[in-house]
Amino acid sequence: MSVPAPFYLGLSALLFVLGMIGVLVRRSVLIVFMSIELMLNAVNLTLVTFGRTLGSVDGQILVIFVLVVAAVEVVIGLAIIVDIFRSRDTVDIDDVDLLRG
Amino acid sequence: MFGITAALALAGGVGVIACRRPVHSALALLLVLLSLAVDYLLLDAQFIAVLQVIIYAGAIVVLFIFIVMLLAGHRGEGPGAGARLPAPLAVALCLLFAVGVLAVLAGPRAGRPPAGTPGVAGAAAPPFGTIQDVGRALFGRYLLPFEAASVVLLVGVIGAVALGKRLPPPDAPAPGGPR
Repeated sequence: MSVPAPFYLGLSALLFVLGMIGVLVRRSVLIVFMSIELMLNAVNLTLVTFGRTLGSVDGQILVIFVLVVAAVEVVIGLAIIVDIFRSRDTVDIDDVDLLRG
Repeated sequence: MFGITAALALAGGVGVIACRRPVHSALALLLVLLSLAVDYLLLDAQFIAVLQVIIYAGAIVVLFIFIVMLLAGHRGEGPGAGARLPAPLAVALCLLFAVGVLAVLAGPRAGRPPAGTPGVAGAAAPPFGTIQDVGRALFGRYLLPFEAASVVLLVGVIGAVALGKRLPPPDAPAPGGPR
């Protein structure tokens, strides 16, 4: 590992912040979803980096489970988006406020 | 090498949140994912790098692009509604978070293994993170979580089928009748 770990962690933090900005600012639900994927990937990079630093393979195992959950989350989320689009003809998350009190 | 991939990943990340059209965002996301796969290789996580390319870049991005095409023709983002956090405030809060995290990373103890861990002794260490290592851990110590992950996948499949089924209109005959 020629590049020291804090550089990887810094890259991961910046990617996470980009995802955060995307979730908070964008209103197209598809782009919000992609931003969530961005944040998951940033966390994966952190896990792999720490696993490498500590010389343990556990970080990579955790990344595999994150991958599984991310895949399922994308499948279910996109199915819900398609359903919402069918019934309301919108992908703007501000338009889906049925549960607002 | 790390500099190149980091720059590409950050450029892709900005692209994801800045592009007007979802297709462009999906392609920018692909750029991020491939750059991160190279980073995983640099970190001796070969199996994770392969999984990243196959699952994320292969399956998830394709699914995104598929859905974008399915929803083609939807209108772009209209003027913002009042209920959400105003965008400049949201960006400012996120940047504050970034400053906090980077301040921790720039601290004196950042990225160093705690005392007492064996650590990795550079190039002299035995091959680390090979598929053999990961497989042995996955099917040994982590066998139960591995099986639980298969249940999660099964639930995902069932949920997607249930959600994707076109619901009959309320006054239609019960399922089983002609659609």
